[in-house]
Amino acid sequence: MTIKLVEEKALMGQDRRRAERRLDFGHAWDYAPAPEGTDHVRLASRYDLFIDGRFEPPGAGRYFETINPATEARLAEVADADERDVDRAVAAARRAYDQVWARMAPLERGKYIYRIARVIQERARELAVVESLDGGKPIKESRDFDVPTAAAHFFYYAGWADKLRYAFPGHAVRPLGVAGQVIPWNFPLLMAAWKIAPALACGNTVVLKPAETTPLTALLLAEIIQEADLPPGVVNIITGAGKTGAALVGHPGVDKVAFTGSTAVGKHIQRALAGTGKRMTMELGGKAANIVFADAPIDQAVEGVISGIFFNQGHVCCAGSRLLLEEGVHDTFVRKLRDRMATLRVGDPLDKNTDVGAINSKMQLEKIRELVASGEEEGAERFSAPCELPERGYFFAPTIFTGVAQSHRIAREEIFGPVLSVLTFRTDAEAVEKANNTFYGLSAGVWSNKGARLFKMASQLEAGVVWGNTYNKFDPSSPFGGYKESGFGREGGRQGLAAYLVVE
Amino acid sequence: MQSTHGGGSPALSGMLAPLEPSPPVDRIAAEERAQSLAKRSIKKSAKVAGLRLAIQMMDLTTLEGSDSRGKVSALCMKARSPSPGDHGIPSCAAVCVYPNLVPIAKEALAGSSVKVASVATAFPSGLSALSVRLDDTRRAVDAGADEIDMVIDRGAFLSGEHARVADEIAAVKEACGDAHLKVILETGELGSYDNVRRASDLAMYSGADFIKTSTGKIQPAATPPVTLVMLEAIRDFYFATGRRIGMKPAGGIRTAKQALHYLVLVKETLGDAWLHPDLFRLGASTLLNDVLMQLKKEESGAYQGDEYFTKD
Repeated sequence: MTIKLVEEKALMGQDRRRAERRLDFGHAWDYAPAPEGTDHVRLASRYDLFIDGRFEPPGAGRYFETINPATEARLAEVADADERDVDRAVAAARRAYDQVWARMAPLERGKYIYRIARVIQERARELAVVESLDGGKPIKESRDFDVPTAAAHFFYYAGWADKLRYAFPGHAVRPLGVAGQVIPWNFPLLMAAWKIAPALACGNTVVLKPAETTPLTALLLAEIIQEADLPPGVVNIITGAGKTGAALVGHPGVDKVAFTGSTAVGKHIQRALAGTGKRMTMELGGKAANIVFADAPIDQAVEGVISGIFFNQGHVCCAGSRLLLEEGVHDTFVRKLRDRMATLRVGDPLDKNTDVGAINSKMQLEKIRELVASGEEEGAERFSAPCELPERGYFFAPTIFTGVAQSHRIAREEIFGPVLSVLTFRTDAEAVEKANNTFYGLSAGVWSNKGARLFKMASQLEAGVVWGNTYNKFDPSSPFGGYKESGFGREGGRQGLAAYLVVE
Repeated sequence: MQSTHGGGSPALSGMLAPLEPSPPVDRIAAEERAQSLAKRSIKKSAKVAGLRLAIQMMDLTTLEGSDSRGKVSALCMKARSPSPGDHGIPSCAAVCVYPNLVPIAKEALAGSSVKVASVATAFPSGLSALSVRLDDTRRAVDAGADEIDMVIDRGAFLSGEHARVADEIAAVKEACGDAHLKVILETGELGSYDNVRRASDLAMYSGADFIKTSTGKIQPAATPPVTLVMLEAIRDFYFATGRRIGMKPAGGIRTAKQALHYLVLVKETLGDAWLHPDLFRLGASTLLNDVLMQLKKEESGAYQGDEYFTKD
């Protein structure tokens, strides 16, 4: 009895000593502010619609503001296109398709696309700054990821322009006509590149509508397209909110609709277009599982999980927003996650050392807050990074929930913010079952030191992309797209051409 | 591992947790993480504070066959007072020399805060009888070395004799007495990050006070990803045992920018406690003048010619 007591006391002492072990990420050596210069950026106070190679005011003369979500300051006014403006844009695209672009020798089309890619590279710094100003993402991401990857997509598809008949051996291919493309606010320039580059390479013309909170880089892209001397009407860029988008996808002159955005809007578009014969590709929401086995390279898995959920403030459709941990590794992994979160630098998107920038809009911030509150109400344990948030602007501290059950809203609904839900599993089969137990199916991550396990899991996960021992890796040559309610059709790679061609 | 951790050497028994298998390291992701930390922008006040810290953490090193009394004395003067006449510049952490030159360094550094570190154990290969290596260690300590930089037997490690490597480290630790032990893994010869991680764990569980990347005689010497993997091993060891082990990248660190990159790795992997000369050192021979030049540039706004900096 006494001996047992002593043992218990010793054990308690050990637990206490363990609990006292902690890392201190304080102020022993602080980084000074390192803001990216903005002197080279000249934004106009007002932007018109880019139709038929020219900037034209909207017919109704209405404009709306776009703001910097990190400061809530107004950046510029952009045109609000109505149905008549959409009509003009589609008509311009049709003329360009019939008279110029579809008839042009494919090699010549490729040259224009290469030119766009090169001008994007030349104006990379300006594009990166504007992307961060308008959308709130850290400058290191817009500088090192968004802009270079956008240029890479144009380079990649430029190369396909005169090789299309080799993409589908034994088949004849021809373009579809006019593509109406609606893109989201999380990767504004990159999504424009994903949409425009393959469409042009395949011989289609385009009317593109960027999201209303992030129109500026698409409008700079319109300037770049002018600079590249693309024939008028081949690319038209019109701005506006949901109404403009609905008018575009519903326009009878549009042969193909490409949409990236929420599952709710995607479904709405599919209903509206049923029976019209329009071709569609949809890249919608996600609730991806990042699955970590106990034999994984743990410290690298921590990095992958962190970037999987906090990259671009979690505004990523393929974000690894559910973390499935093998039970034995749960406590260690969560401790490491918390320590890592303490080193995340949240704040001014234009500071070169910022890791997590501003939430894209007030509406999105409210949605994140609402879902986080539901997680707390449903009994999950919340941990938020101990960071100071700026007083102005839309910010949310990186957050993880432990003790999450499959039935919690935060395990089922797409939060589209810097919020991770942590669950556990015991066997491979349970991991697969939980990962697939969602109506989404865009992406997944698997972390294990066993190559065979990576491949076996990949074959069983219902997700368009499965990353092994890495996350959020993109390349123009690699197709991307969803299963189930995450959409259909593929973007990127040879597969991405099929979305813009009739293959006979 | 039974021989070390079952019975245990006297110096270690009761002190250490059992050594578990080391976790695997993913090469691509580790290199990517180290590279992402190289992108931290360190400017103005952060740069000045970081460079001053780098000087305080520097083990000023000379390990040439031609090392002499004059060379070592001059280096010691430089370590005590890196920038003569500029009292704002701190001293280096230590001077690192061959065992025969320890008495000279000891004399030249008397009365200063600068420690004397000596390589030992048949540096740089370590391929002598254990008794010779232990004797080498004791002589360096007896001559006044405060710190011993030993090398592991990489041949033994690579042929799978991990227990022998661990036992030898424990024996050298015992021979060190009160002197601090830095264990050089010579990561450039280990071939993989998995091996770097394993050797780090062996060294720490066998009594190392510091783990150190390289002798400086082999390329590649210290690299940021190797340092990151070792820092992560130190982090896990701390949580497992409560002991804080120091880290010393050495070899190939020549520029102020590189030094700052290493400090970023420490800051964001282990935090404030390790941003201290007791737990982090930079082993270098030519780094100091570049750091001084950058500090002068921050102060005056212009670069000075290298003739303004002493060459020792």
